[in-house]
Order: sequence, then structure tokens, then C-alpha cells
Amino acid sequence: MPEDAIATQTGEGAANSGPANYLNEPRGLWSWLTTVDHKRIGVMYLFSVLFAFLLGGIFAILIRVQLLHSGGGIMKPETYNKIFTLHGVVMIFLFIIPSIPAAFGNFVLPLMLGAKDVAFPRLNLASYYIYVVGALLGIAAMVTGGLDTGWTLYTPYSTSTNGSVSLMTLAAFILGFSSIFTGINFIATVHKLRAPGMTWFRMPLFVWGIYSTAIIQILATPVLGITLLLLIMERMFHIGIFDPKLGGDPVLFQHFFWFYSHPAVYIMILPGMAIISEVIPAFSRKNIFGYKAIAYSSVAIALVSFLVWGHHMFVSGQSQFASAIFSFLTFLVAIPSGVKMFNWLATMYKGSISLEAPMLFAISFLLLFAIGGLTGLFLGALSVDVHLHDTYFVVAHFHFVMMGGTVMAFLAGLHYWWPKMFGRMYSERWARVAAALVFVGFNVTFLSQFLMGSQGMPRRYYNYLPQYHPMHVVSTIGSWFLGVGFLVMAGYLAVSLRKKMDAPANPWGATGLEWQTSSPPPTHNFEQVPVVTHGPYEYSLMGAGK
Amino acid sequence: MSDSAATLGHGAHEPFLQHHFESPEQQADASRIGMWLFLVTEILLFGGLFVGFALMQSRHPEAFLHAHHHLDRTLGFINTVVLLTSSFTMVLAVRSAQTNDRRRLIVFLLLTIVCAGIFLGIKCVEYSHKFHEGLLPGSFYSHRGDPVPGEFMFFSFYFMMTGLHGIHILAGMGLMCWLLRRAVRGDFSSRYNTPVDFVGLYWHLVDVIWIYLFPLLYLIR
Repeated sequence: MPEDAIATQTGEGAANSGPANYLNEPRGLWSWLTTVDHKRIGVMYLFSVLFAFLLGGIFAILIRVQLLHSGGGIMKPETYNKIFTLHGVVMIFLFIIPSIPAAFGNFVLPLMLGAKDVAFPRLNLASYYIYVVGALLGIAAMVTGGLDTGWTLYTPYSTSTNGSVSLMTLAAFILGFSSIFTGINFIATVHKLRAPGMTWFRMPLFVWGIYSTAIIQILATPVLGITLLLLIMERMFHIGIFDPKLGGDPVLFQHFFWFYSHPAVYIMILPGMAIISEVIPAFSRKNIFGYKAIAYSSVAIALVSFLVWGHHMFVSGQSQFASAIFSFLTFLVAIPSGVKMFNWLATMYKGSISLEAPMLFAISFLLLFAIGGLTGLFLGALSVDVHLHDTYFVVAHFHFVMMGGTVMAFLAGLHYWWPKMFGRMYSERWARVAAALVFVGFNVTFLSQFLMGSQGMPRRYYNYLPQYHPMHVVSTIGSWFLGVGFLVMAGYLAVSLRKKMDAPANPWGATGLEWQTSSPPPTHNFEQVPVVTHGPYEYSLMGAGK
Repeated sequence: MSDSAATLGHGAHEPFLQHHFESPEQQADASRIGMWLFLVTEILLFGGLFVGFALMQSRHPEAFLHAHHHLDRTLGFINTVVLLTSSFTMVLAVRSAQTNDRRRLIVFLLLTIVCAGIFLGIKCVEYSHKFHEGLLPGSFYSHRGDPVPGEFMFFSFYFMMTGLHGIHILAGMGLMCWLLRRAVRGDFSSRYNTPVDFVGLYWHLVDVIWIYLFPLLYLIR
């Protein structure tokens, strides 16, 4: 929550809050709650999604502790079903979807374009409060009975089970509006608020990634909205559309759901890729390799994402022909993803690489996303998927892409822009410790799940055969390393907030307009409207950098 | 004409230009992009319902055919005409705003609101007939003597689709009342009329959705 930042501001007095900037001008809690400044809204989003990440993380640790022993464990089977559902719902709807676009997108995108704000500042604030209302409803649903459907809410189970399914569905419906408003804002901003000289191909690749994400947010989210509305109606009035007993079709729900939720995983990964495209050139001190290819590949991923939803349904009874088409289209996604990977590697080639914290997370991303992406191809292949479907292999694949991919990129962005957002440097030494813990912990947790999955351990099961026991123990121990890594990170970031402001305007010697203004930026972003004369990654023009 | 002169003079200060835009044109263009994107989301929202309807109708063609005989085609037709008329008066309202004609703007906005009210009134009459006969969605369906089972599903879609559409009509009426207040205050002129323009766009979309709903629900063969 933004109060943390304010508390630091007011508690420590004006001495360490620096000259007038967006954090201390104007002052007071009310000025934060009613702000239309994109930077403040970004900061409020950042602390909110971090809180959601903590909540979802606690659920994750509980799941792993339960699975330490087969049979008994610390909770009842019904509780376990609720906990893994809440882990999924919180992490997806409250953390990962808004994480990068709403927190960093809001903060950095207008700065990168040389704009004073996003196109619709009040809509932006509205999107934040809609997010808060959705989150509160979601928490209310957890407290008043929870739900045990899995985050996918598949019918007919979700229409017949007890618990607060309707309330949680309503929460997700409301959160969708927040996502749509953010998307509309970014597209209008990119089209109309670029600084003089900021042509489309001089925009940083972060902007291209967020723009592509916004396309998906706008085109996919309304379909989820109507799907969730129909689900609520089915539960309340038994309208018949998804219930086979009444002549409805439960597979239709899966089609509707994945028509949104597959593009939605690109809502989650595209912004991550966008951050990597910023961090890699900055710490390789080199112009990005294949700028246009990366830019277009973001748009390509956004468009192809709408044509692959059926690969979640290979065993649902959809037609074999449809499955074959979906399988082929799924392989297509690998092409733009591969284009990005090779361009990032080529950017690093012969660069002068410095391994500061953001770069460590970016390199973790490259390694983990490569594994996550390639195992996606296994699952996209029809014959293999029939065996791996609904096993831990899918769980591991998903977490390699979402956590190894998006969360690593999120952490790279957090460490990259933290000095810009709060004007303070964190402890580089502790950041490296955290990066190591998170990287090792992640691999121990999820590589073991790949092994279990390929041996047939089904996902979402409360109990398991003795043969899977060693792998479950390894995975759980890994999750503790992960947890410690995040606690260390929370520690040094919190400590940095209590220091005097010490970050220079451009601590990394990076190009990009956001580094040309002070850290933290003034309320109106730039003293003068910047004029752009060259591309976004001209590190050769920067001379020796810092 | 003194009115329009006054609004023009007012417009020279650009009172509605937000600080982060360079010019009124930039602001209007950005808003226009935002508005069209919003309309796209509306189409996709209704799109899901249309797909669901098409699929369920293809699964239960007999039930849907029999169920739709309970609808009153005459009232549906009148409502179509009423809504088309309201789109026409809305266009005239937009035109009046662009030509600085405040009096006609107010008149046409009022006419549009009246048409929307008539539409909702007729819809209420239709709804109350259905309520009386027990033609309700899902488990509330209590109509007896149906020749084919499953007619309740038609009414599930009928109430969801016309209900969601009705909510949009209500929202449109609210927006037009807001425009009316601003029009009376003299906010709109040939230089600044984006809100009128956009509510017009929204209203046409709501109209177009009904143009699809009417044959889909009332004219099944």
C-alpha cells in the first residue's frame, strides 16, 4: 500500500525526501487517494500487487507443506482444494495480470514516451479502485466459504459445488474492467501522447510489449466477463447453458473460458518480455539486436494468442480435426517467442555485460523461460499431451513460464526501476543473495515437478503414491528457499525506503527518456518536453555511460 | 445566435482542455480512440451471448421455435421503430451541437430520452406478460403444457440478452440526462462537443444490438 511510502516521507521528515517530486508534492494521504498522477497510481498498484503476491505465496507454501507427507498432512482434503484454488485465483487475477502493466506500465510508459500522463488519468484512477473493490470482494469470498473449483472454474462442478463461487466469480468479473480500462488507456496514450520525434520505431520495446498486451486485454477480457456472468446466472437461476442435466454444454464453458484465458497468459508474459528487452541492452551496454523483429513479434504473439485456446482441451472431447489445427497454431507461437530469445542473446553477444541485480533476474528469465517455452511445445503436441495432461508436468511448465518468466521479469523490472520510483538505491549485495536464493529455490521446486509429472503424478491431488514421495519432499524444500529469497528481498527493499534519497537520475547509465528526468521524477515528469532524435537503445552515443 | 457567440468566446480559453494534452484536437483524437475501443469491448461482451444463443438454438431447435411464439412480434416491431427513431434524433442532437444550436440540441436530447423511455415502457409490458405466464429463465420457468421440453432455455437467453440490453438503454438515458444538464449550462459548441458525439456513438451501438436481437429472438423460423 502507498501508505508505506508516505509513512517514510512524513515519518522521517523532509530531510531525506529530497527536493519536490511526485512522492512528496502534494503531501497527505488524501492527495494519494485522489491522485490522477500515473506515477502515484503505478506505485499504489505496485504495493497492492505485492500484497497479493504475499497472499498467494502463503497459499503456495501451505500447499507444499501439505504435500510433504502423503496421506495426513496439515489440512483436510476439502481445505486443500480451497487452498490450491485460492493460490491460483489470487496469483492470476490479483497479482500477475495487473502486475507489470498496471504497476510498471503506469509508472514508466508515459515517461518513456515523454508524455505528461496517460491519456485518461481519471479512468486510470477508476481502474485502480475497481481493482481494489474486486480484490476486497475476492477476499470476502475467501473468508465466507472459499471455493474449491480450481482457478479454471470448470462446469458442471463449479455450478454444483458449495462455497462462495458466485462471489469470487463476481470479483473476477469486476477485476476485468480494471484490466480493460488500463488497456484502453495505454493504447490511446501510445497513439496520441508521444513526444516530438518519438516515432513508432523509436519507442522503447517495453512500450511495444505493453501495447500488444493492451490489445489482448481489450479483445479478450469482455469474453471472460460474459462467461463469468453466465456462470453466475447458471448458479443462481439454472439457466441451462453449461449444465448437461438441463441440455447445456459444459465444454462450451471451457471454450469460452480459454478464449479469454489463453490470451490472458500472454497478458502475463508479454509485459515480462517487454521488461527483458529494456534490461538486456542496458546491462550489455549495446544497442538491441533486431529491434523491429522484437517489436513485431510482440504484436504477432498478441494476434496468434487468440487462435490457440483449444490446446487446453485436447482431451475434452472436442473434434480431432480441431485439435490438430489448434496444435499446429500452438507451434506457431514458438516462432515469435524464439525470435525474441535469439535477439536477446545476440544483444548480449560481445556486449560488455555487468551483472547487477536487474541483469541477474533477466538472465534467470532467459534460462527459465527457455525451459518453460520448450516444454510448452511438448504439451502442444497432441500425442504427448494425452499423457501429460493434468499432471505435474503441466504445473511445472506453467510455473516455468509464469514464475520463471513473468515473475523473474517483474523482479528485474522492480530492481531496475526501483531507484527511479523511490529515489533510493537498495543493497546490491543483498539483492544478489536474493536473486541466487530465488533462482535456486525455483529450480529445486519445479524441476522436480517436471520429473513427477512425466512419471504420472496428477495435479491437484491431495494424496499420492509412495513412489512420488522423494520428489515432493525436494519440491517442498525448494519452496522454502523461494520463500526465504522473497523475505530477504522484502527486507532490503524496505530498508532502502527508510534511507535518504541517494539515487542519481540514471544509476544504470541506461538510455530511455525515463532516465533523463530526476529520481524520483517531478510531478509533471519533465522540466521541458523532451525532443527525441534517435532510437531507444543508442548506447554507442552514450559514450562510457556512467 | 448570441448563444453560440457566447460559447465560441468561451471556447477560446479552451476550458475543457486537460493539462496533459497539447491541443483540443489531440485530446479529441485520444478520446475517440478510447471510445471506439470501449465499443469493441461492448461488442465482444454481447458476442459471447450471441455465440451461446446460436449454439443452444442449434442443439434445441424445436424448443426455441415453439418458445418464441410466446413473444409479441407487434410490440417487438414497435420497439424497433422507436429505437431507430431515437437514433435519428440522437444524430440530429449531435448535428445541433456541432452547429452551435443549443436550443435544438436540448430538444433532440429530450426526444431521444423520451424514445428510450417508451422502449423501456413497452419492454416492461412484455416482461410482465411473461411473468404472468410463468415464462421465466431457468428454474423459475413454470409455464405448463409445452409441446417440447427445454423451452426454459430460450427464456434464459431472452431475459439475459434483452436484460443486458435494457441495462445499456438505462445507462444511455443516464448519460443523456448528464448531456442535457451540460447542454443547458452551455458547455457544448462547434469547438467542444466530444461528449455528445460519443454518447451518440454509444447509442447507435445499443440500437444496432437491438437490430440483431429483434430477428434473433422474435422472428425464428
